[in-house]
Amino acid sequence: MTRNIVTALQENQDRILDQWVNQRELSEDFGGNFNSFDDLKAQSSELLTAVLENMTAENITDLYASDLEPLIEYVSGLTLSRAKQGFSPRETATYIFSLKDALLKVLGELITEDPKELYRSTLEISKFIDNIGIVSFETFIRGREEVILGQADEMAELSTPVIKVWEGIIAMPIIGTLDSARTQVVMENLLQGIVETESSIAILDISGVPAVDSLVAQHLIKTVNAIRLLGADCVISGIRPEIAQTVVHLGIDLSKMVTKATLASALRYAYGILQLEVRKAGKEKSNL
Amino acid sequence: MWTTTNQNKEQLSILHDRDVIICRNRIKEVAVKIGMGIVNQTKLITAVSELARNMLIYAGGGNVIVEVVARGREQGVKIVFEDKGPGIQDIAKAMQDGFTTGKSMGMGLPGAKRLVSEFNIESTVGKGTTIKIVKWKNG
Repeated sequence: MTRNIVTALQENQDRILDQWVNQRELSEDFGGNFNSFDDLKAQSSELLTAVLENMTAENITDLYASDLEPLIEYVSGLTLSRAKQGFSPRETATYIFSLKDALLKVLGELITEDPKELYRSTLEISKFIDNIGIVSFETFIRGREEVILGQADEMAELSTPVIKVWEGIIAMPIIGTLDSARTQVVMENLLQGIVETESSIAILDISGVPAVDSLVAQHLIKTVNAIRLLGADCVISGIRPEIAQTVVHLGIDLSKMVTKATLASALRYAYGILQLEVRKAGKEKSNL
Repeated sequence: MWTTTNQNKEQLSILHDRDVIICRNRIKEVAVKIGMGIVNQTKLITAVSELARNMLIYAGGGNVIVEVVARGREQGVKIVFEDKGPGIQDIAKAMQDGFTTGKSMGMGLPGAKRLVSEFNIESTVGKGTTIKIVKWKNG
């Protein structure tokens, strides 16, 4: 596309805008999305200005050109704000694509003499607007991915609560897979919990861990070692029969740590260490 | 992560950490479907976990092909792990307990072999590694 055409398009900005906002489809599809016709016109004018100001004869075929960054940023911002208002990605993309019709119509009126030039320019503008649409989609998806990653972090936090079971005993049930990131959270929370509650025994319950492979075992061993450095004892509970068999076949040696089948037996072991006794109250009374 | 199902075969790609878990869950579903007991299920998914993670760590990812196979009346799950990684220089050494070129415990390959019924490993340095395992329902 020649510089003359770009300049001509910039000079005809108002015509393009009128063409754009007056498109029947546009008013049908998007009229309802904006509070008023003025809103639609204001928004469209901003986007069109961003497009025409940043588009040059050189960068129209190269979306990654550095001088297009303001436009990309504007489109990303527009997509995000529309997504927050509840527009679907289809609505935003169709809105952006509808600019193409307006641009091409005015382009057709500007280039009347040279069909070859018109064809070439049409193709270039078409591709350019398609790319802007893709940017909008990418922004939308990135936004969604951020939400998902945020939720994953939140879940990791939520699913590793430190519970004070008794004076000097804390427990942490682990639900789900123990990967490296998870182990980090578990270890931090548990060590912090031991220091804060001045506990001497920590029970790590792995009833909710679906499989113990060598990586999980390695993480468990590291956690136990860290707890011992604080001078506390660690009991791993919730080892199911199938997990026990698998760990033995896998060839992992967990014999150096205290392991129990249930949380109850781990608690009993902890009471034993703290020299506490749990008795039925009834007998006590009858003795009196 | 994408999956393609072709009759009995299903292909899963391992490219991220989370794919290992998705793959493991999928294989567990297959194992449950053929009526595999809880102990063998756990052994199988633990072996899958080791091998899939190996692919991810040492080869940057690869493909897992899951298939239900039969030996007479007994059914089993056959899984092929294919990667185009650097390959294993000395398979005999890699199959030893405690040998690792990474930071892990070195139990992955030998441990996985003990957990499944059949285990076959082929590797060409510079081309990649293919591991085939079968776990029979009662094996």
